[in-house]
Amino acid sequence: MKPSPFSYHDPSTCDEAVDLLGSLDNARPLSGGQSLFPLMHFRYVMPDHVVDLNGVKELNYIRAQSGFLHFGAITRQSQIEFSEDVGRVAPIVVEALKYVGHRQTRNRGTIGGSLSHFDPTAELANVSMLHDAELDVRSKSGQRKIAMQDFGKGFMTTDIQDGEILADIAFKVWGDGHGYAFEEVSKRRGDFAITAVGAMAELGPDGAIQRAAIAVSGVAPVPFRLAAAEQALAGQRPSHELIRMAAIEASKAEAMSDAHVDASYRQHLARILTYRALERALKRAAEKQRG
Amino acid sequence: MAEQRRKVATSVNGKDYEREVDVRLSLADFLRHEIGLTGTHVGCEHGVCGACTILIDGQSVRSCLILAVQATNQTIVTVEGLATPQGMHPLQEAFWEHHALQCGFCTPGMLTTLVAFLRENSDPTEAEVRDAISGNLCRCTGYQGIVAATLDAARKMLAAGEKA
Amino acid sequence: MGAKWFGAAVKRKEDPAFLTGAARFVDDIRLPGTLHAAFVRSPHSHARIVSIDTSAAKQAPGVRAILTFNDLPEQLRATPMPLWVPNPAIIQPFLQYTLAKDEVCLVGEPIAIVVADTRHRAEDAAVLVNVEYETLPAASDCEEAFKPGAPLVHAGASSNVAAEVLVNVGDTDAAFANAAHAFKRRIHQHRGGAFFIECRGLVVNYEPVQGLLTIYIASQGPHRVKRALMELLHLPDHRVRAIAPDVGGGFGPKQSFYPEYVAVAVAAMQLACPVKWIEDRRENFVATNQERDQYWDMEIAVDNDARLLGLRGEMVHDCGAYIPWGIILPWIAATTVPGPYVLPAYRLKYYAVMTNKIPCTPVRGAGRPQAVVTMERMMDLVAHELKIDRAEVRRRNFIQPSQMPYKVGIVFRDGREVIYDSGDYPKTQSDALEAAGYKNFKERQEAARKEGRYIGIGISNSVEATGLGPYEGATVRISTDGGITVFTGATPQGQSHKTTLAQIAADHFGVHINDVEIVTADTATIALGIGSSAARTAVNAGNSVHLAAIEVAKKVRKLAAEMMEASPDDIELSDGFARVRGSNRQQSFRELAIRSIGVPGFAMNEEPGLEHTSYFLPPRSAYANATHIAEVEVDIETGQTTILRFTVVHDCGRAINPLVVEGQVIGGIAHGIGNALFERLIYDDNAQPVTINFGEYAMPAAPDVPNFDIKHNETPSPLNPLGVKGAGEGGTIASIAAILGAVEHALEPFGVTVDEAPMLPHRLVDKLGEAALGRTR
Repeated sequence: MKPSPFSYHDPSTCDEAVDLLGSLDNARPLSGGQSLFPLMHFRYVMPDHVVDLNGVKELNYIRAQSGFLHFGAITRQSQIEFSEDVGRVAPIVVEALKYVGHRQTRNRGTIGGSLSHFDPTAELANVSMLHDAELDVRSKSGQRKIAMQDFGKGFMTTDIQDGEILADIAFKVWGDGHGYAFEEVSKRRGDFAITAVGAMAELGPDGAIQRAAIAVSGVAPVPFRLAAAEQALAGQRPSHELIRMAAIEASKAEAMSDAHVDASYRQHLARILTYRALERALKRAAEKQRG
Repeated sequence: MAEQRRKVATSVNGKDYEREVDVRLSLADFLRHEIGLTGTHVGCEHGVCGACTILIDGQSVRSCLILAVQATNQTIVTVEGLATPQGMHPLQEAFWEHHALQCGFCTPGMLTTLVAFLRENSDPTEAEVRDAISGNLCRCTGYQGIVAATLDAARKMLAAGEKA
Repeated sequence: MGAKWFGAAVKRKEDPAFLTGAARFVDDIRLPGTLHAAFVRSPHSHARIVSIDTSAAKQAPGVRAILTFNDLPEQLRATPMPLWVPNPAIIQPFLQYTLAKDEVCLVGEPIAIVVADTRHRAEDAAVLVNVEYETLPAASDCEEAFKPGAPLVHAGASSNVAAEVLVNVGDTDAAFANAAHAFKRRIHQHRGGAFFIECRGLVVNYEPVQGLLTIYIASQGPHRVKRALMELLHLPDHRVRAIAPDVGGGFGPKQSFYPEYVAVAVAAMQLACPVKWIEDRRENFVATNQERDQYWDMEIAVDNDARLLGLRGEMVHDCGAYIPWGIILPWIAATTVPGPYVLPAYRLKYYAVMTNKIPCTPVRGAGRPQAVVTMERMMDLVAHELKIDRAEVRRRNFIQPSQMPYKVGIVFRDGREVIYDSGDYPKTQSDALEAAGYKNFKERQEAARKEGRYIGIGISNSVEATGLGPYEGATVRISTDGGITVFTGATPQGQSHKTTLAQIAADHFGVHINDVEIVTADTATIALGIGSSAARTAVNAGNSVHLAAIEVAKKVRKLAAEMMEASPDDIELSDGFARVRGSNRQQSFRELAIRSIGVPGFAMNEEPGLEHTSYFLPPRSAYANATHIAEVEVDIETGQTTILRFTVVHDCGRAINPLVVEGQVIGGIAHGIGNALFERLIYDDNAQPVTINFGEYAMPAAPDVPNFDIKHNETPSPLNPLGVKGAGEGGTIASIAAILGAVEHALEPFGVTVDEAPMLPHRLVDKLGEAALGRTR
């Protein structure tokens, strides 16, 4: 399973990288390679040029500043997994990362690569949605920002155009006391999710929900937030019925079918996992309040 | 598209190598066929089976999903680099004791993965060991011997004050 | 000779090399001047080849040769692959040609071989081979293919049925007519494939000066590979040598012979240089033989005490597009069904039906797991309907030890009657129940239910034919350097033969196992061999080593006695010396060996050399048995099953090395877990494979497999001197049924029945209906 022949480029700055990508025909950016190389080995994808971004050190960073958590696109998933900053201000990302492939793939895979590849089941896309991420995209002609909710266009399709690369991903950080939970069902540990749900919740001093965010991935081509449920939860005290209502909303979304599992199973899991994730997130928020 | 060639200069098991290769050559194929270290095995070429796992700067990675040209200036350790002149690594000894290998094909990937794991977690639980090798497929042993060997090696190294 | 090594749980001799990266698998073999092959394979499950244009491909960089059917030597255009196990019941013995002739009948069928200076370039060129197809209708599911009007797997065939066989013991009509109760069950079993971590591969070197063809091959039996190549290429015996180096797992499919092997050999002969082909994983999914589907429609008749009166039904078996192994898979399945139970009447009609997929040939268990699932699901059904404990139903029906040897009344695939040689089935089960805490399970289950958790326990019993003939051989030789070497056709792919066979031999000479070298799987070192599959090596190779070693030890004693003027009965062998008991007279093996080869010019009275070759021919199969008890938890909201506890009592007669036996059993159970809960090869209605990589085909990984509690009973086989039975497949054979039974037991409150393998989570959620909503109801 050898890839077709290509030319290899290894820029050392972002400017060089976008210059190459903007001028070469049939060129692909390479970051972790954990998704791109399998595609190339199966010859599903046959680029003439591979632009290796791993040498662009300026895109490898984790920075918490002014209510945002910034990730350079070429930051390794394992770096994020073990980052103290991330563990402190966006702990759901650490929990979600435990489901992403295996340690060996996380040691190479990057956050930018995962988001650009945009597999419907990508855990990092789910938590990016939860955090209303802002994505900074660079090209030869400059840079632009894309809001996470506008980023996904369809099945494995994002708003990133030819010649553009994801450079920075900024998460809007939640307060210290927020509860969180990430739930996933996959065939085996580390496999692509069939369905995954991330939930975050903040409680007010009276124990009522100040805000909640629930993101569902693996069901539709693009991960989605449960907007209606989030609204309904705001201002209410946590209850089984409320959580159940959110779960039911999750199951109503149109779901993908494939040779392995039907849409109905994904919808079912969306319901089950939304319940579990929201319940756990609310419990955690309550524990943090007490603690 | 025509083939492109490029120089690779890398350190493997403490020895420096310089070769000119087709840029599309994977690191696994480079180790096996360019420098003759056939201990690292190729099982799937799409990053799932883990047989090709090696250590780059101490981190376990799939060598089938890395280009040889990307290994320039990296420090690589393969299964051939785990033993010392004094003898096999305690994990290798433990694998031997506990019948943790049968056909031996997944074994190098298991060893490198677990050595990196034990360096980070020197006193693991059984569940943690199973999780650590969740990305290494074995079709022969049913994993029990591998897990027993790892727990035993961890215990012995802790007792001896050794690092993995 | 005291048995110091036989039965000892010693570390393996093989391991240091494997552990330090010094093993040598076929892709590690580097001969100077090696070229690399890649195949052009059919993307269609059924099509006529209209034309093949290799002109562009031949111009690609590095290409040295491209062969299609028309480029093959005449005998290969006339002769397809061998039919290894002929059977008069086979109606249509379709077999593949080396390269597709004019019709392709499965996705992945090889059409052309491309040889280039690198694998990369061979693949680049393969893409440029332009094949024009006329697609034809394809048959995908074997039950659908069996229906009248189904698309024909082979254009112009009379039907899709390769064979129809009736197995009939006793009088099932009478049994059912007089039965107090009769229950029906339909079971769909899918067994996926072997998926060894090392794909197939070979290096063929043709040396034209001597006309020698040497094949290094990841195989389970190089003697058979050699035999096939000799026949197909019209080469004499002494000019073909096949060697299996270290092999990364076999589990059955590496015992098969494939057309690629012939194509590579032809290329090597034409180019007069080494040609290497290593199967990649994408090829492995479409080009390596698998087991797949069987549909069983069964009915069981019992009396009011749950005693079996009869079992009857029909089974449809998926053969794939070609039948190189004839019908042994459904045959083995059919003849394994009765298991450890007294079954007075048994009637099974089975149909081996072709589909446009890769051939089905044995994968660890080889049809026996399906038989056990069928029988054990029926036993559970009886227990459920009659409201009798499942273990008790089984207990009431066991064949008793006093009934051994027990004639089941049917003929096994080896042409011999199924006669269980030995085994204590009641004790195996009662020991297993005890070890599994079966008595207290109800309490555990009730406690779990109070917490909203659903756990279940399943029991499964198997009787397994092992030690399949016709033979294996060993040459034991003490050379003039004093070293003891054993040459055998046994072919290890992880089963530790190089240690276990050394253990057998070492005892005869009083040496350490490190002083016995076992040379396996090289046709140049022993003339005849079959190889290692079907749990046959301990019985066949083990006993041949034993017999040959006895003869060589006799020769040593005789010669030593002569040299030291003593009686052979007073000669002791230890540590490489022959010693006269009670004295300090001794001769080293080295001295004896030198003496034994004579001196030029001087007469000898004895046959020269300290060497003997023995072949062991088992009279019939030796039957191992086991009881598996699985305890599982089912998450009713996601349908996922976790195995909490797994207990096995396994009886493979005398164990040469308990560590090795345990490893085989545990490894086998892991395959069973895969078949029960995870592994499914999906094809669409057009027989297009959908699961084509390791991401989609889920084999158990470490978190999916529990620790196992394995206990061994030893009921020696009377059929061979060592009293051994095979151990390589038992783990797989009984485990699937135990897990399925446990899942059904866990879901008893919901009335869910488990009649399929794998029992996938989404299917369980379907079956659970509203109950699966759990707390979100």
